[in-house]
Amino acid sequence: MKSLPLNLKIGFAVTLAFVLIALFAPWIAPMSPLEQDLYGGLAGPGSDHLLGQDRLGRDMLSRIAYGARISLFVGLVVTVVSVTVGSLIGATAGYAGGRVDDFVMRVCDVFLAFPGILLAIAIMAVTGPSISNVMLALCLMGWTSYARLARGQTLSLKEREFIKAAIAMGASHPRIVFRHILPNIAAPLTVEATFGVASAIVAEAGLSFLGLGAQPPYPSLGSMLAEGRQFILVAPHLIMFPGAVIMLVVMGVNFFGDGIRDWLDPKRHARGDS
Amino acid sequence: MRAFVIRRIMTSIPSVLGVVTLVFFMIHLAPGDPVEIMLGENAAPADRAALTKQLKLDRPIFEQYLSFLRGVATLDLGESIHTKKSVAGSIAERYGATLKLALASMLFAVTLAIPLGALAAVKKDTRYDRGAMMASLVGVSMPSFWLGPMLILAFAVELKWLPVAGADDWSSIILPAVTLGSAMSAILARLTRSTMIETLGEEYIITARAKGLSGFAVIFKHALGNALLPVVTIAGLQLGALLGGAIITETIFAWPGLGRLTIQAINARDYPLTQGCVLTIALSYVAVNLLTDILYALIDPRVRLK
Repeated sequence: MKSLPLNLKIGFAVTLAFVLIALFAPWIAPMSPLEQDLYGGLAGPGSDHLLGQDRLGRDMLSRIAYGARISLFVGLVVTVVSVTVGSLIGATAGYAGGRVDDFVMRVCDVFLAFPGILLAIAIMAVTGPSISNVMLALCLMGWTSYARLARGQTLSLKEREFIKAAIAMGASHPRIVFRHILPNIAAPLTVEATFGVASAIVAEAGLSFLGLGAQPPYPSLGSMLAEGRQFILVAPHLIMFPGAVIMLVVMGVNFFGDGIRDWLDPKRHARGDS
Repeated sequence: MRAFVIRRIMTSIPSVLGVVTLVFFMIHLAPGDPVEIMLGENAAPADRAALTKQLKLDRPIFEQYLSFLRGVATLDLGESIHTKKSVAGSIAERYGATLKLALASMLFAVTLAIPLGALAAVKKDTRYDRGAMMASLVGVSMPSFWLGPMLILAFAVELKWLPVAGADDWSSIILPAVTLGSAMSAILARLTRSTMIETLGEEYIITARAKGLSGFAVIFKHALGNALLPVVTIAGLQLGALLGGAIITETIFAWPGLGRLTIQAINARDYPLTQGCVLTIALSYVAVNLLTDILYALIDPRVRLK
C-alpha cells in the first residue's frame, strides 16, 4: 500500500465506510427508518437517538443509513449502465468513423445541450417521481460523457499497429471492438466512472430534494434535506446530518477518483512520486 | 472572423433542432394519456376535449411536430393550462431574474476563484496551495441543496444579516448567488491554478524575471493575462450551466426566476409551461456556449485560424 497516493487511500477509506454503512444498514440502524414516535418529533441529538428525530419522530441515524443505501444503489446502477452503454456506443462510433461517428456525436451534442440535471428534471416531469424513473433519467443523461471519452480514445487507438494487425488477420469488427478496443480504453473510463458515481449520488439527492425522486415514507438523503428545510428554525439537525453525509461521500469518491487517476498516470511513475 | 462565426453558428443548428425535437417528444413520454395526467381522472369530457384540441393532440404526430417548430420559431409556445397566460410571456417575466442571479453568481465565482487559484500557483506546494485546493475540493463537493440551507441558517437565522428568501432588495441576491456560484468558483480556482503554473514555466516569463522585473509585474502583467484565456472559456460554459443549476437554488430561496417557474409548472403538471421552460433553459445554454466560442476567437486569433 506504500506506493499508493494519499488521496487514493483517504478516498478509498471514506468510500468504503459509506459502502459498509449502506450494505449493513439493517444492522447499523438502531431501529426501523419508518418507525414513528410522535412524542419525540423534531427532538435533537441525544443518547437515545444519536442524530436526533425527524418531524414524525423517526430516528435520523436509521433514516440516513437506509438513505445511504438508496444513494449507493442509484449511484452504482446509473454508472454501470451509463458506462456500459456509453463506452459501447462511443467505441463503435470511433471505430466505424464516417457517418456513424457524425450521427452519434450529433446525438451526444443534443443531450449535452441540457445543462446540469435539466434533462433528468424534464424526464421526471413527464414520467412521474420514483426511484426507477430517477435511474432511467440519470442513465439517459449520463451515457454521453462516456461515449465521447470512449470515442476519443478509440480514434487514437485504431491507428495503432495491433489493431491494424487484427484487421489484417481478418478479425471481425465486433471482435476488434470487444477484444481489442474496449479492454484498452478501460482505464480512463474507470477513472471517469468513479466521478460518475459521485455525480449520480448528487443528482439523485437533487431530484429527491425537488420532490421528483424517492417518495415518502422511504428515506432518501435528498428528500430528508427537503423535509428538514421546512424546520430549519427549530430543528437544524434535520438538514445538517444528511447534507454532511452527502458532502463527505462526494468528497471521498472524488478523492478516490483523483487518486486512481494519479496512480494510473505514467508520468507519476516516471517522476517516482509515492 | 466572419467565416468562423458563420461556421460556428451552422454547427449549433443540429443541436438546436435536436433540443426542440427532444422537448417536443417529452409530452409523448408520459405514461398514459397526457390530458388525463394534467386534468386528473375526474375531469369533465368537455374540458378534456378542449385541452386535447388546445395541445393539438388530436392531430397526426408529424403535424403536431411541425406546428411546435413553427411555434418555437415565432416564439408562440402556447398557453399555460392553469394560468391561461401565454407561456412565452410567463417565461419573459421570469427570465430577467434568472439571468441576474446567474451573472451575480459568476461575479462571485470569478472574484473568489482567480485570486485563490493564482495564489495557489504562485505558492505551489506550500500550505497556501494545499489550503486553497482543499477549499476548492470542499466547494465542488458541497451540493447547493445543502449549502443553501446552511447559509440561510448561518447568515439569515443566526446572524440576521441577510434575508431568508425572496427578491425584495439588493441584499436578497447574496445568499442565492453564493450558493449557485460556489461550485463554479471551485472549478475555476483549480483551473486558474493549473493554467497559471503552466504559464509561469513559459520562456517569456523566465525572460521577464531575467530582465529584473518585480514579482508583482511578472505575475499580474505577464502571467495572469495569458493564464486566464482558458479560464474565460470555462467561465462562459459554466455560465450556461448556472442556468440549469438555478432550478435548485431558486427553489431554496424562493427566487422568482425561470428555475422556480419550471418546478412550479412540473408540480402543477402544466406540460406546455414545463416544455417552454426546459426549452428556454436548454436553448440559452446553447446560445451561451456559442457566444463563449465567438468571444474566445475574438480574444485569441489562433482559435479562428484553426
